[in-house]
Amino acid sequence: MARTKQKGKKRYTIFKDIRRNPLSYLMLIPAALYTIVFGYMTIPFMFSAFLNYNYRDGLFGSEFVGLKNFEFFFKSNAAPRVIGNTVYLNIMFIIFTLIVSVTIAILLSELQKERLKKFMQSTYLFPYFLSWVVINYVIFTLTSSKYGIINQFLTLCGMKPINFYTKGAYWPTILIIAKVWKDMGMNIVIYLAVITGFDPQIYEAAMIDGAGRFRACISITLRLLLPTVCMLTIMSVGKIFYGDFGMIYALVGDNGMLQKTTDVIDTYVFRTLRQTGNPSQSMAVSLFQSVLGFVTVCGANWTARRFFSEGALF
Amino acid sequence: MKAKQNKWQMLIAFFLILVSLSCILPLMLVVSISFTDEAAIVKNGYSLIPSQFSLAAYRNIFSGGKQVWRSYGVSVFVTLVGTMINVCITGMAGYALANPSVRYRNELAMFFFVTMVFNGGMVPWYMICKTVGLTENIWALLIPNLIFSSYNLFLVRNYMRDIPTALVESAKLDGANDACIAFKIYFPLSKPIMATIALFAAIGYWNDWWNSIMLVSDTSLYPVQYLLMKLKSDINMMKNLQNSGFAGAAAMKPAESLQMATVVITIAPILLFYPFLQKYIVKGLVIGSVKG
Repeated sequence: MARTKQKGKKRYTIFKDIRRNPLSYLMLIPAALYTIVFGYMTIPFMFSAFLNYNYRDGLFGSEFVGLKNFEFFFKSNAAPRVIGNTVYLNIMFIIFTLIVSVTIAILLSELQKERLKKFMQSTYLFPYFLSWVVINYVIFTLTSSKYGIINQFLTLCGMKPINFYTKGAYWPTILIIAKVWKDMGMNIVIYLAVITGFDPQIYEAAMIDGAGRFRACISITLRLLLPTVCMLTIMSVGKIFYGDFGMIYALVGDNGMLQKTTDVIDTYVFRTLRQTGNPSQSMAVSLFQSVLGFVTVCGANWTARRFFSEGALF
Repeated sequence: MKAKQNKWQMLIAFFLILVSLSCILPLMLVVSISFTDEAAIVKNGYSLIPSQFSLAAYRNIFSGGKQVWRSYGVSVFVTLVGTMINVCITGMAGYALANPSVRYRNELAMFFFVTMVFNGGMVPWYMICKTVGLTENIWALLIPNLIFSSYNLFLVRNYMRDIPTALVESAKLDGANDACIAFKIYFPLSKPIMATIALFAAIGYWNDWWNSIMLVSDTSLYPVQYLLMKLKSDINMMKNLQNSGFAGAAAMKPAESLQMATVVITIAPILLFYPFLQKYIVKGLVIGSVKG
């Protein structure tokens, strides 16, 4: 039960541990192998950002070009655009998912009809299990320029139909709505689980002191929920430099007309990898992202640990 | 007071039902379009109730859509096999990291954790897949990315760590060896968390198109999600699916409804297993986020 410290016994090496627990170490092998190949082996390949990499000569034979690949990215007008879009979209995703899911979770907890509550919770969670490819079709039924519901409605009102797939200006909004639609269910489930854990006596005490339902919502539920909310938010802020590739590529694809407002770092890396045939340039961008991402994740974790001792990731 | 309370409840219920509808109606729309006659779609646009009911799209898929069945088969195979391997790998590693007699378990956990926070991203990943030969075959859809996730490993480890040590100690006193303890105590007691990660993995495999977009170009290896993606951008793919000989020359080839019908059969298994998904994944989400 008590964790034995290694310090006491100096000569307890990992080999001894292996000999004492052969089965455990054996069972660890597949997972370790996977982590080495797809996790640790990726790290030396990051060096290719400084090379003119080609698949024939590999990591050691390719020509060393220094920071040229970085220069290519930062001197292009793509850099401010994709970094800006990534951060902007992520901030919007965080804010709106937060507001919507906290509101709905609190309202759900207020509702006293248990069966209705169960049913509604199921409907909120369903989009979470759909892939972005499927959601792309769902969005298309609404935004299609020929047959879409929105344009049918607009023509009914006597307005001109909008061709969404050529106008980038609408897409940040569409992406935010889609993201909230897909992710709110999961967040609602988490928040609701936390709210259910609150002590009902607190509410009773508040009622006796004359607090109304609305007042109790704000002063008790929201107040007690705050640590969880902050925790989850800090964690997502840590990932602010990672664009949601799966979402944006599935919804926008290679549609050049929408790239100005929707292109994020991840889609940019993907495109350069596929189109230029020079992996070094995309690696440079990706390395830049990894480093920034690492710093923000660690920063977020540090903040979380500082303020909410048990909530930190590591 | 009572009346006021009722009003408040009604108001909340009304609002929440609106949100529910916003989750369901778009999907109903997709289903409805898949059952609508193609000519009616062209004339009236999409609508929530089929303006002219037709099974043409489904008939087309069932009779002629070889590619759809092929892709469906690929998806089912990859999901079943992948999930099985995933659960085995994660479960075994989770046991090793939770086993209190492994003294280096925390250091080993760190080993798995590092790559979760810092790794090279998609470019080196792609290079490695190419180097080890994970392109243009079924393994390319199975192994990279989804066969193992550190996040699930930590879910399992945390769950197994809470298994009381007294249980293990008493088994040891009765002369149980490591294998006996693992297979008779740890794994049977961790069934709920195993179900959770199995469903996480299954959803991941079923919804995956990333592996196929990066590593596969042969249409016979397209999983159904990638096929859907291609249907939208690739007109040839669409033509390939439309059964030219069917329903006479006068009938319109179902294009819109066929796409939506493919979407419907893609989400059908999720709908079918939804009660399980909800039960176990909710558990996993709550454990994963609240306990850290």
